[in-house]
Amino acid sequence: MGKITNEELLQSINSKFEGQVTVIGEPYGLLTLETNPESIIALLGFIKTDPALQFIYLTDITAIHYPEQEKTIGVIYHIHSLVNNVRVRIKVFIDGDNCHIPTATTVWEGANWMERETYDLFGVIFDGHPDLRRILNVDDMTAFPMRKEFPLEDPNRVDKKDYFFGR
Amino acid sequence: MQNHPVYTDNDPQNEPSTLNLGPTHPATHGVFQNVLQMDGERIISGVSTIGYIHRAFEKIAEHRPFYQITPLTDRLNYCSSPINNMGWHMTVEKMLGIAMPKRVDYLRVIIMELARISDHIICNGVLGVDTGAFTGFLYMMEHREAIYEIYEEVCGSRLTTNIGRIGGFERNFNTIAFNKLRKFLVDFPPVLKEFESLFNRNRIFVDRTRDVAAVTAEDAIAYSWSGPLLRAAGVDYDVRAMNPYSSYEDFDFEIPVGDNGDVYSRFLVRNEEMKQSLRIIEQALVKLEKEPTDIFHADVPEFYLPPKEEVYNNMEALIYHFKIVMGEIPTPNTEVYHSVEGANGELGFYLVNDGGRSPYRLHFRRPSFINYQMYAPMSKGMLLSDAIINMSSLNVIAGELDA
Repeated sequence: MGKITNEELLQSINSKFEGQVTVIGEPYGLLTLETNPESIIALLGFIKTDPALQFIYLTDITAIHYPEQEKTIGVIYHIHSLVNNVRVRIKVFIDGDNCHIPTATTVWEGANWMERETYDLFGVIFDGHPDLRRILNVDDMTAFPMRKEFPLEDPNRVDKKDYFFGR
Repeated sequence: MQNHPVYTDNDPQNEPSTLNLGPTHPATHGVFQNVLQMDGERIISGVSTIGYIHRAFEKIAEHRPFYQITPLTDRLNYCSSPINNMGWHMTVEKMLGIAMPKRVDYLRVIIMELARISDHIICNGVLGVDTGAFTGFLYMMEHREAIYEIYEEVCGSRLTTNIGRIGGFERNFNTIAFNKLRKFLVDFPPVLKEFESLFNRNRIFVDRTRDVAAVTAEDAIAYSWSGPLLRAAGVDYDVRAMNPYSSYEDFDFEIPVGDNGDVYSRFLVRNEEMKQSLRIIEQALVKLEKEPTDIFHADVPEFYLPPKEEVYNNMEALIYHFKIVMGEIPTPNTEVYHSVEGANGELGFYLVNDGGRSPYRLHFRRPSFINYQMYAPMSKGMLLSDAIINMSSLNVIAGELDA
């Protein structure tokens, strides 16, 4: 079981995706990269199939909403090389009003529900996804609840108004 | 995914019937619905509907200070909530860079392995019930109760434990806890042996489970399976061994692997894991003898909630209590992914922090959610009775599925 270092991994990625990938950092030893929606699937496919890297295991797909940024939605991929026991985190930032990103279900079948969850909670549209429906919330919901502007409680509630508590 | 006889026009009833399996069917052991298209007893296709107990934990967590998120994690996999609690504590400790004393690590290992045993007791016991054998379940259940009594001595509660704190445990283990633990280590192994002798070579059980829902290692990895299910398919991925946390590297244990990922292999893998967990607990008890007995938390007053009597009687403790509760203590602006080996697989916490008192974003990588997505595709062509057993051995916990 040969372990590859983050530098070797980065070198290997840079040789194929020169200029497409930028390094965000290495928090707690986990190499974090940023790329663009055009090259994400090629990048995932490359690190999965490259015989030296073998990032065969998709740990997780999720998203983050940064309302102050220009590109407000970040889609986060955590991928694990079971052979080398190295993890990598890849981020793609996209526009919040028109958030399209190609689906990773072409690389891993298991991405299906992870992407559905991300769509359900953040409204990220994964182009080419076979079955992009809401998964946790009801089908006729219109909002995307994990976005920061969505309030935690129903703003129409009247039983928690401050004047009931002398404030 | 095996081939199934294609529905033909010659059949007397020439259209498939729709069957709602769930959401509250007793055989599903939780709230999930599967709308199945049936050709007689055989499943043609299925659609899983989940989200019946979605409680928006990730959203709630963005509005709670770190120490108040522990009770939310209880309610993910409520059959082994201590693992979730510890996983969350360790995520925050990793973010803050807190090093734990060895004794705390070992105590945590004991609690986590007990939780793993209690989860596997339920899963394998219920698998027996679903194949028509109630006895084994009742034998094992008594010892889950013994585990819950140990939790009770340590933290005061049984199911949703909220055990431990960021920085250690809220109180030391008392003698009763250790005595109950030792009694469990003596009482449980013969029962597990008896349980295995009831099932492992039982003709009816083997016929019902062998080669049912077999999954190849390639499929299991493509669907991101983890935990006993992935290991039953022959992939030796265990977070405890690959990325040791809480001093698991100090322990000597084996990772059981199955051969073809069918229900029978999963059953055997889980039974073997219980034995390995017992081994780990025994080693931990030996290791604890060499550690000072009064240490049960790290020395991090900025993050470890002080005991209540200290808060009332000691100025410093009151200050720290106030600072922690009011979120006055700066935290790093960073992101961290930490995963533990939950009873169902890799339980991950992705925490993005902006330095405030609550996470900017917290995502749970829930093994049940990810494991369950293969259920509908793999049920194609299966008999309904096999699909029920398959669901039972996937050990999908509704709380963890929906979060």
